[in-house]
Amino acid sequence: MSTTAEPRRATSSSGIPLKPIYTPEDVKGPHQEHIGEPGKYPYTRSLHSTPYSQRLWTFRQYSGLAAAEDTNQRYKFLLSQGQTGLSVAMDLPSQIGYDSDDPLAEDEVGRVGVAISSLKDMELIFDGISLADVSTSFTINGTAAATLAMYFAVAEKQGVPLAKVRGTIQNDILKEYVARGTWIFPPEPSLRLIADSIEYCAKHAPKFNSISIAGAHFHDAGASTVQELAFTLADGITYVDWTRRRGIPVDEFAPQLSFFFYTHNDFFEEIAKYRAGRRLWAKIMKERFGAKDPRSWMFRAGVVCGGSMLTAQQPHNNIVRVAYQAMASVLGGVQSVFTAAWDEAYTIPSEETAELALRTQQVLAYETGVANVVDPLGGSYYVESLTDAVERETAKLIEDIDARGGMVLCIEKGYIQSLIARRAYEEQRKIESGEKVVVGVNKFTREEAPPEIASYDVPEDAKRRHLERLRRVRKERDQAKAKAALAALERAARGTENMMPYLMDAVKAYCTMGEIYGTLRGVFGTFKEPVMQL
Amino acid sequence: MTRGKNVIRVLVAKVGLDGHDRGAKVVAQALRDAGMEVIYTGLRSTPEHVVQTALQEDVHILGLSILSGAHMALTRKVLAQLKEQGADKEMAVVVGGTMPPVDVRKLREMGAAAVFPMGTAMSAVTREMQELGKRMLAARENAGSPA
Repeated sequence: MSTTAEPRRATSSSGIPLKPIYTPEDVKGPHQEHIGEPGKYPYTRSLHSTPYSQRLWTFRQYSGLAAAEDTNQRYKFLLSQGQTGLSVAMDLPSQIGYDSDDPLAEDEVGRVGVAISSLKDMELIFDGISLADVSTSFTINGTAAATLAMYFAVAEKQGVPLAKVRGTIQNDILKEYVARGTWIFPPEPSLRLIADSIEYCAKHAPKFNSISIAGAHFHDAGASTVQELAFTLADGITYVDWTRRRGIPVDEFAPQLSFFFYTHNDFFEEIAKYRAGRRLWAKIMKERFGAKDPRSWMFRAGVVCGGSMLTAQQPHNNIVRVAYQAMASVLGGVQSVFTAAWDEAYTIPSEETAELALRTQQVLAYETGVANVVDPLGGSYYVESLTDAVERETAKLIEDIDARGGMVLCIEKGYIQSLIARRAYEEQRKIESGEKVVVGVNKFTREEAPPEIASYDVPEDAKRRHLERLRRVRKERDQAKAKAALAALERAARGTENMMPYLMDAVKAYCTMGEIYGTLRGVFGTFKEPVMQL
Repeated sequence: MTRGKNVIRVLVAKVGLDGHDRGAKVVAQALRDAGMEVIYTGLRSTPEHVVQTALQEDVHILGLSILSGAHMALTRKVLAQLKEQGADKEMAVVVGGTMPPVDVRKLREMGAAAVFPMGTAMSAVTREMQELGKRMLAARENAGSPA
């Protein structure tokens, strides 16, 4: 290999030029207003003035599989092993609003998550788990409103007041149109349902995060770190706009907005992303929306480590990648972390690999000492300078989106989609040319025997149990009540009222996911994807 | 638009309910840059719709992208549909996505002309598609079917 060639100027993964050395000259002053103190506006350093050792981030492993009973068992295992929050993965039919016996659902029941076709399933998932004691996060978007209604209905049945129920519903449809694909309706009615649930949570469930504005899926689909942050904040602006439009003061709902990201491999840029994200959101909320409550300024983030950074080649290397990503997340000051299991590049993790993923966080929290001090990298010439650069580039991109008429228009025209698809292709080319090194993939490779990872198959008896339950629910419920609830929901959908109370009635009458979303599809129609310019 | 006589035409299809289309779009761009004509279906196609589109567009290769784990059942349905339409000889089916090695073998046995599990290099996909496309062009030539 030649060593005489001019060394290429290093850049961050988003293309921010890097210097070999950073000095005090690189840090913008004045420190107090620009960076600020931990726990104070603009929260660059941290949302809190106390270190993690006084209150650790939440260990929140995403899981859910097969039927309700199987998932209930996995949750009880994870809680017994020290997991501190639940995170529900739902199967695709439940995410898109089809019952498990719909012909479209046939091959997907219980596959990428648990099947939830009616309130009965939700009751069983949380059987023996008090909703007063856990916080639960749902990665659900298309069918978020009904899922939320089901969770609240379970709380009611358990005798837990909604005011005590803690958790998060992802409820972020805009990124689904771009990257994750579980949309149902066109943007307008979808945004209305989201504003309905934000409003409902603000009034009845003040400890529940009514939305988790997600950049994760942009990032994993190919967006750079800067694009991830910019698209997410632009989505956040859209949701705040929509909710304010119905006359709800920003401080009444903004404290319940939260965020969700993927931490990828560029260690310092990821740390800078969380620091810049806190500062940008605080400014947006205070300056753009006039929020006065400090809780409205807070950029609270949950993160995932793993995803598209995991490789099928030498899959054990994924354990190391995830550990570094988790450390970057914690040095970035996030609120909850999900560390993916190393075999998730292939399949649903086993109990063993899921346990190792949880241990990865426990070692980080209890052995490395990173939890002892707030924002240990604050004041680092490099980290502060990179935080400024990420903030600057992100703000530029948000301005560009604003100038193009905002996020909804940019998505309807396929603009965001093509930016991401183009970058995904460029990244792949860089990997294949060797410009970007991925250990075990394009460097330090060796002949490998195919790993012995079994394909996950939904156990036939779980599927049978679930389908039988669905049939029984449809047969044994009070039919008149179910019919009336669906009719009332349809009327509400045609009007302008908040739909959440009608959804609560419908799920409590054991109307199924397919019936509820079938009714709403009839009113709202379905989304048509823009033609992609590849 | 006139279709080049010796141009390989490919349909890249997302079949089933899975919404992960990063791989499908990356592959579509790579095949296009390699000189093929590429049509992308968008999300949530049914096996019936995929086969219909493939016939309509008269493609040589039908590529399925599946990351939900439902690859066995969905591929089986597409292959059956194609056979039913009598088009299984003039069109090759390939599958890409998150399939473990044991399923790669099963998909080949089932009749997939190629399988690209996670970790397959884009250049390897392009190379194999070129070869497969050429074989399909030649096969049609020999059969005297209109190109």
